[in-house]
Amino acid sequence: MSKANLLDRRQVVDTLLADRKDALVVAGLGASTYDLAAAGDNARNLYLWGAMGGAVMIGLGLALAQPKLPVVVVTGDGEMLMGMGSLATVGLQKPKNLTILVLDNEAYGETGGQVSHTSTAADLVGVARSCGIPDSKAISTLGEIEAFAKVMQDVTSGPRFANVKIDGANLERVLSNRDGMFIMTRLRGALGHAPI
Amino acid sequence: MHARADASQENLQEQAAQWPEEIFAILQRYDVRQVPYVPDAGHSQLIQRVLGSSNMRGIPLTTEEEGVALLAGAWAGGQRGVLLMQSSGVGNCINMLSLTQIYRFPFLTLVTMRGEWGEFNPWQVPMGSSTQGVFELSGIRVLRATEPSEVKEVMEAAASQAYNACTPTALLLSQRLIGTKVFVK
Repeated sequence: MSKANLLDRRQVVDTLLADRKDALVVAGLGASTYDLAAAGDNARNLYLWGAMGGAVMIGLGLALAQPKLPVVVVTGDGEMLMGMGSLATVGLQKPKNLTILVLDNEAYGETGGQVSHTSTAADLVGVARSCGIPDSKAISTLGEIEAFAKVMQDVTSGPRFANVKIDGANLERVLSNRDGMFIMTRLRGALGHAPI
Repeated sequence: MHARADASQENLQEQAAQWPEEIFAILQRYDVRQVPYVPDAGHSQLIQRVLGSSNMRGIPLTTEEEGVALLAGAWAGGQRGVLLMQSSGVGNCINMLSLTQIYRFPFLTLVTMRGEWGEFNPWQVPMGSSTQGVFELSGIRVLRATEPSEVKEVMEAAASQAYNACTPTALLLSQRLIGTKVFVK
């Protein structure tokens, strides 16, 4: 299902990460992980193939442990809805280096396109703002994504949240690594942490 | 308020102060930095110590599974953590516990038990009865402390196997240790 004038999710993630520098990126399960893989594999990527609802909390743990690095969570509306309470947990901790970007196609694309709560009822920007993340906004153009990509590098002004309404088309899957130990060890290695 | 069913009030004062301090000291020694929790009365003393600590961060959660994911992220960033919760929260964690096997990070949780020793509230019994089984089915090793005098030793073992061997571990702190919650005086 495609609607006119909605952003292409791959373009959004490509643009967001085109000049990512040292940013650490967590992707929620499903299409967000494929989008991150499509933007280019990187030792600083943490892909999820499960643990639905956990992406923001993984990002929070990472952001608190690495306060000098930008930490970016890219996830979908379904995954965000399952972990909505984690926005309140972030709102309480206020990690200045954490950025959350939701790719909102208003549907569960991986499971057949069933409509999600964001299609008619839930406003995730309002939720994030009400949970103590005042820098929360809706994004609808690639120009705004480019500006957001610069802001996300600022580790002194977060947390911030953006919801991007995207085209609902199911794109070809780009599969990331799915061996969690490899992904975890590689990321830790990139940060200078040896295996146990 | 909690009162130990088998201890005098004087002993209560003395022992209530002791074992949470021992747990705190061991967490400090293992350089535990992130302490997510859903509050429980049995953890209140430890939570106070964590919130008053300069090198630990107490992180209140809206649901316990958040803590499992948080600890995965903390480890990715090079920090150790411990999840504090009550037995009723263990069921909330089940799918998220997959992360302990998938990412193989040093997972330690300290669980105050309800629904066992002299429980007043029947609503605590089903989850309290299945807590150990849920952990074991989820690939988490379970240790238990029942007497105040054994907490230090069991906590030492739990921390060692979790942090040194990356063996996901739950330490159950028995209701007999915490004291049965008194609803009616």
